[in-house]
Order: sequence, then structure tokens, then C-alpha cells
Amino acid sequence: MSAYFASLNVLKLVKNMPGGVSQGLIWGLMALGVYITFRLLDVADLTVDGSFTTGGAVTVMLILGGWPAWAALLVAVVIGMLAGFITGLLHTKLGIPAILAGILTQLSLYSINLRIMGMSANKAVSVDKYHLLLTSRNIPMAILTAALIALALIILFYWYFGTEQGSAIRATGNNPAMSRALGININSMKLLGLSLSNGVVALSGGLMSQYQGFADINMGRGAIVIGLAAVIIGEVIGNALLGKHLNFFGIMTFVVIGGVIYYLVIIIVLWLKLNSNDLKLFTAVIVAVFLAIPYLRGQRISSFSKFRKGAKKDA
Amino acid sequence: MLDIREISKTFNPGTVNEKRALNKLSLHLDPGDFVTVIGGNGAGKSTMLNAIAGVWPVDEGRIELDGHDLTPLPEHKRAFLIGRVFQDPMMGTAPNMQLEENLALAKRRGQKRGLSWGVTRDEREEYRERLKTLGLGLEDRMTARVGLLSGGQRQAVTLLMASLREPKLLLLDEHTAALDPATAAKVLELSDKIVSEHNLTTLMITHNMTDAIQHGNRLIMMNEGQIILDVRGEEKKHLTRRELIDKFAALAGTPMETDSVLLS
Repeated sequence: MSAYFASLNVLKLVKNMPGGVSQGLIWGLMALGVYITFRLLDVADLTVDGSFTTGGAVTVMLILGGWPAWAALLVAVVIGMLAGFITGLLHTKLGIPAILAGILTQLSLYSINLRIMGMSANKAVSVDKYHLLLTSRNIPMAILTAALIALALIILFYWYFGTEQGSAIRATGNNPAMSRALGININSMKLLGLSLSNGVVALSGGLMSQYQGFADINMGRGAIVIGLAAVIIGEVIGNALLGKHLNFFGIMTFVVIGGVIYYLVIIIVLWLKLNSNDLKLFTAVIVAVFLAIPYLRGQRISSFSKFRKGAKKDA
Repeated sequence: MLDIREISKTFNPGTVNEKRALNKLSLHLDPGDFVTVIGGNGAGKSTMLNAIAGVWPVDEGRIELDGHDLTPLPEHKRAFLIGRVFQDPMMGTAPNMQLEENLALAKRRGQKRGLSWGVTRDEREEYRERLKTLGLGLEDRMTARVGLLSGGQRQAVTLLMASLREPKLLLLDEHTAALDPATAAKVLELSDKIVSEHNLTTLMITHNMTDAIQHGNRLIMMNEGQIILDVRGEEKKHLTRRELIDKFAALAGTPMETDSVLLS
């Protein structure tokens, strides 16, 4: 045991932190996309595992093809939006439940992503040869770039979801029956929301591929769960710190921060020498716990169990 | 104004649960008509309102409102003409959105929703004034989430929302049934006020015979997907509950079966 603790090097942890922040910011961006579907549209959209990779693949291939990084990212966003649109069509026009529609798109994207990357599972884009927006070689700059993009996106969404159209998307997620009665085409709103969300996710994937210097067919695996983790961590912390004063701008900011916190926790866990193959399990458990907390809290207030024999009368 | 010609609707056709909910139903409303709708459970009252609102397409027949043929239009495309309040107080408002956001959504009923701001400053003033008329103190809670309001308050807000952009037709689907008697009376009084202020053409379903007689200028009774009684003007004013129950028994061939109708 003492040998284990002796092997832990605090300096190494501190050294890894900035890298965790930059990656966390990129995942936090993706979480913003997840937030749009999961919280605003009330749909658990599993497309993101695929569209994250698509964003990375498109970005890397275009940069390799001589495109400037920003233009490659822009195309990645459009392709990501298209992926979300397909999920939306499967759901709204063909009546497939949203979760299943997302799974179908995600599955098909695996093949599509391989084709985008020229049938190879991995494509490298070296910062030595190409001009990239951010790279793990220069972490402070990467943090700054990712933070600025996140801020721009938060401002954009703060504006958009305050507009008539954005309000209609929120209303659709909040009360579809009312929305229809008020003349909102809820199918269009779902298409719009799913497209927007996956556009953001692809943007995040494009940034991640530049940051790590390659796109990988598996880079998006579990992205939805990481996104949910960031959303939930962000909401919990935001509520704890700001409570009633937490507005939409604040929530989105905390969602991005949630991504950072998630990633820092991962770094600590790795530092504790946990097997990195167990990370997904660890993440799933964290998300399950945080999703369960509101429910269990409600159960404590009103539940059948307090009437069970032997239960404390005035617990 | 509203012109319904021989509409029919059968649910679950070809199954053991087949139910002919509307049976060649026709109805004509003049502008300003305030019609109360009564009838037993399963008579087709809500189905008629849903057919008008376009929740699903009818099997046959035609629905016209204010010169527009509604029959081929989906629900959201009819909304520009129709204001609605539902039986469930939770159904008419978006709980996680602010009170003023809900009103702003309703203000744009059936309009194109573009990229201009969702709630403007001028609007806020208008909403404050309108909320004051409800007398519930809601004008001071405009940025509160609607989910925090009580059922009665939410139903009053829904009523206001339905009339914020003046509808050609107001559909009230037992909108007081889920409220306690005092609140129900208050909401009903409010409905009367809003309808008469704007001279709205209105269809109101109620299970309460007394309400049906006291409100509106016309009363229709439904049974098995058809209108079996249509009373208006002076004749309606002098109706009694007893008469209505007797008429129902005579017209439908069975006594009115719902306790709520008899007891109310």
C-alpha cells in the first residue's frame, strides 16, 4: 500500500492538469450539443457517438487535402448537421423512436466515417506539416482557443434560444401538445434542434482531431455518455453555486465547465493508476449515479418504504 | 363562421376496439356564438373539438372556419385561427419556461417564428396589463417558471394565452373539470369575461348542466357521435336541468348514465 502511494507523483498530476483542461473544454463543447437535445429538446440523441468522429474525420481529411483548418471545421459542422438531420428524418418522418433513430445513424456513420478516412481506421495530421487551430503541443494556446470558441458558441446559443425560433424549439421539448396548439411545427423544430446539436458535436470532434493530431474511427465511442456526464456535473455545480440566479447563459457555461471537471477527474483516476480500459465503466457509473440522484432524492421525500414495518416512525 | 359538414371519425377501425366516435356530424356556428356542449362519456364531445383542432384527420366530411377549408390542414397549420384550453391544466403551458415566455409563444400563435427576440419590451407591458385583469397577482411573477404556478393559475394563464392573439374560434375542452369548485367558478367567470370582451366564437364542453345552461347563447347535446339537441336564445335561457335530463332520455333512448351529470 505504501509502495503504491510512494509511486504516485503529485508533480506529474499537476503537469497533466492543463492538458486535461484543454481536452475537457473540447468535450465541454460537445456537451453543449448534447445539452440542446437532452435538455432543450428532451431527446436522448445517440447520433453523437458517430457525428463526433465524423467531425474529426472530415476535418483531418480536408486539412490533408490542403484546406485551411477553419474551412475544414466549417464543412465538418455542416456534415455533422446533416447527420443530425438524418436522425431527425428517421424520427419525425418515419416514426422511429428517437433513441433508435440515433442508434441507426450512429451505426451507419461508422461505415461512412471509414469511407471518409479512405477506409483506414486512423488518419494522422501533423502540426509540423499543416497549420492547425490548436494542438496538444501548445496547451496554453489550445486552452485559449477552445475557451474562445466555447464562449462564442455560448453567446450564439444564448441569443438563438432567446429568439422566436429558439423559443419554439424549447417549447417543443417542454410541451409538444401545447406547441402544436400554438402553431409550432414540432417536427421541424426537432429536425432543427437535432441538426444544430450534431453540428456542434462535429465541431468538437474536428477540434479534438486537431488537438490530438489524428482522427480515429473510435474517437467518438461513448461520447454521448461523456456529454451527459458534463451536462449533469455542470448542472449540479451550477445549481449549487448560483441556485436561483442560474440563467441560461450560466447553465451553458457550467455545462462546458462540467466537461472540464469530468476530464480532470479522469486524469486523477488515471494518475491513481486505474487501468485506462476501465474508464468507460467508471464514466457510466458516474453518469448513472448523477442521473439517479434527483430521483432518489424525490424518493426520500415520498416513498412507500417509510410505511414498511420496522421503519423509523419519524425518520 | 364555423361550418362542419358530415364529419365522421372511427378509432381503431377493424379491431375489437373499433369505435365510431363521430357519425356524420354537422354543425354551423355564427360569429359570436358561445355554444356549450354536453353529453355522456364517449358521446364524442372531445372528439369533435379535436377534429376541429386537427389533432388527427377526419375520415370524411369537411370543416370550414372563417372561409378556410381546414380539413386537409395539420394541427399546427390550423392554430392561427383557433385558441384552445384543455382539461388538463398541465397541458396548455410549458412548465420549464417563464410566464412571459409562455405568453410570448401564444402571442405568436400561427405566425412565422423568425430570429427576432422571443419577448420584446413592449410586449412585456401588454402582458403585465393583461395579467392584471386575471386578478391573481401574476403580473409580479412574469419571469417565474410556469411549473411553479397552481393548476388554477395555469388554467387561467392558458385561457389568457388562447385569447392573446384573437382566435376565430375558441375551444374549451372541459377546462374547469380538473379544478376545485371555487377555482373552477373563477376560471369559468374569466372565460365568460374573455369571450364577451372579444366577442369570441366559442365551443365549451362541460359536464356541469347548470354551467351549460347558464353560460353561452346556445347549447348542444351530443350522443353517439351526433348532435341530438340544439337549443338557443330564449329557449335555452329557460332550460332546467330536469328538462335536459328528460330530453336526453327521450332523444338518446337511454337515461343519462354519468353520475357527474346527474349530481352536478
